[in-house]
Amino acid sequence: MSTFLQQLINGISLGAIYSLIALGYTMVYGVLKLINFAHGDVYMVGAFMGYYLANGLGARGAQAIGQSADGLIARGLLGSGAMEPSLITALVVMLLAMAICAALGVIIERFAYRPVRKYSRLTALITAIGVSLLLENGGQVVFGADPKFFPELFKKRNIDLFGGASINSADIIVLVIAIALMIGLQLVVFRTKTGRAMRAVSFNLQSAKLMGINTDRIIMFTFALGSALAAAAGVLVAIRIPRIDPLMGILVGLKAFVAAVLGGIGNIPGAVLGGLLIGITETMVVGYLSPTYKDAVAFAILILILLFRPSGLLGSVAQEKV
Amino acid sequence: MLKLENVSVNYGAIEALTGISMHVKEGEVVTLIGANGAGKTTTLRTITGLLEPRQGRVVFEGQDISGTPTHKLVARGISMSPEGRGVFANLSVRENLQMGAYLNKDKKKVAADMERAFTMFKRLKERESQKAGTLSGGEQQMLAIGRALMSNPRLLLLDEPSLGLAPLVVHTIFEAIDEIRGKGTTILLVEQNAHAALGHSDRAYVLETGRIVMEGPSKELAADPRIKEAYLGE
Repeated sequence: MSTFLQQLINGISLGAIYSLIALGYTMVYGVLKLINFAHGDVYMVGAFMGYYLANGLGARGAQAIGQSADGLIARGLLGSGAMEPSLITALVVMLLAMAICAALGVIIERFAYRPVRKYSRLTALITAIGVSLLLENGGQVVFGADPKFFPELFKKRNIDLFGGASINSADIIVLVIAIALMIGLQLVVFRTKTGRAMRAVSFNLQSAKLMGINTDRIIMFTFALGSALAAAAGVLVAIRIPRIDPLMGILVGLKAFVAAVLGGIGNIPGAVLGGLLIGITETMVVGYLSPTYKDAVAFAILILILLFRPSGLLGSVAQEKV
Repeated sequence: MLKLENVSVNYGAIEALTGISMHVKEGEVVTLIGANGAGKTTTLRTITGLLEPRQGRVVFEGQDISGTPTHKLVARGISMSPEGRGVFANLSVRENLQMGAYLNKDKKKVAADMERAFTMFKRLKERESQKAGTLSGGEQQMLAIGRALMSNPRLLLLDEPSLGLAPLVVHTIFEAIDEIRGKGTTILLVEQNAHAALGHSDRAYVLETGRIVMEGPSKELAADPRIKEAYLGE
């Protein structure tokens, strides 16, 4: 029972992060019918931006590879810089990383995807893979290929729960921030005029144009929003597991993509549900089967969903009435 | 008000329109008739900026609008009810109408315009909060026209509003077209139903494989033996 509870808590925390990334896949797919394979790498850039900002803001930087994350945490924090590690620092770091990645998303859309939009979807897909490779290899050049250790932004401690499980304060904070971001997104998409325009663009691009919607601007905004969420996920992951490297986005990006497909690509609540399911399944497999299968499980789910319910759990096949 | 000068449009290597010239005067109802694939929809899509002409120009109220993005043309007073209606199936009837007023920031005016749409199409009022995807074809067509009117256009383009509808519903739609015209909106109507289109318009153009082959007052064309044979089935 305690294993189950523990894995469930871990799974929800991990799943919330997958959800945040999956939202970006699903929103971009909604407006452009494009699988933005560079999205996972935007998440990586978000983590690195968080790393540099956190160090710049004065939280204590972790040193080099070879030291275990636990060791770093045990040695405590309290940096030499201007700002003390605190929740506020963490939030500022996250928000700035989100802003930078929003700009990155806009640049990617404007200079990589928009020029090829008038060609086939395959062209766009190959372009996306190209952008992904560019970010991964560019990241190795700019950030260095060695893993870096994310500074501790606030003091973590374990809180014991009933049944012998415990929850780390970092997990609680990650979960709270992730939920807050998802609620915020929901408000933007369903309560604002821009959100209504986003939904119109995803239902029918041509009709949206005929309503007077500047669809290019809406597509750009969608990229900014999705990329910002990916950056938040990057920072949140680094808070949970403070080891970051330029290729960290590949596997997580693919899993988040699976989460989006599982929930029904193009469907916003679906992305959240898919992310949580993938996260929980993954930690359950780790807890009850073997950590070896940790990464395989998402892809097994992908194969099953494509075989039995290709439209995803919440996705529906659009029907047009004549 | 609207003028097409020697406009040619291509889909890749295929020429869909070959140097067509036509005009619509303020207050007129002009219809464009022709068979499937003649280039009627292409003409409307070119006017609304969804397609760009390979040569020639589109002039609206004295200004060259060829290549202007669609959303800017909507702001200038051109609106279209597209082929296949293009309603937002997942949005309610009311939300669809709101989308039509996307550029209008005056909430009172939008509310008044919505009332006007509901007065014109009472069926829409009954279905106000229903998802547009659950409406019948005729109701969707009413919604598409009502939505196009929400931007208060000076020029309204209608692409095959009677397509696939029962005769009684077709009658309702054409009554609405008369009503819209009565309120001073200029209309360019594309139709395969030549009989109804000629009966509800001032002038007509006949399009055949991307070329305008005939033009004139609708009454005269309706009496023309060639039109009678090819388009009116008499």
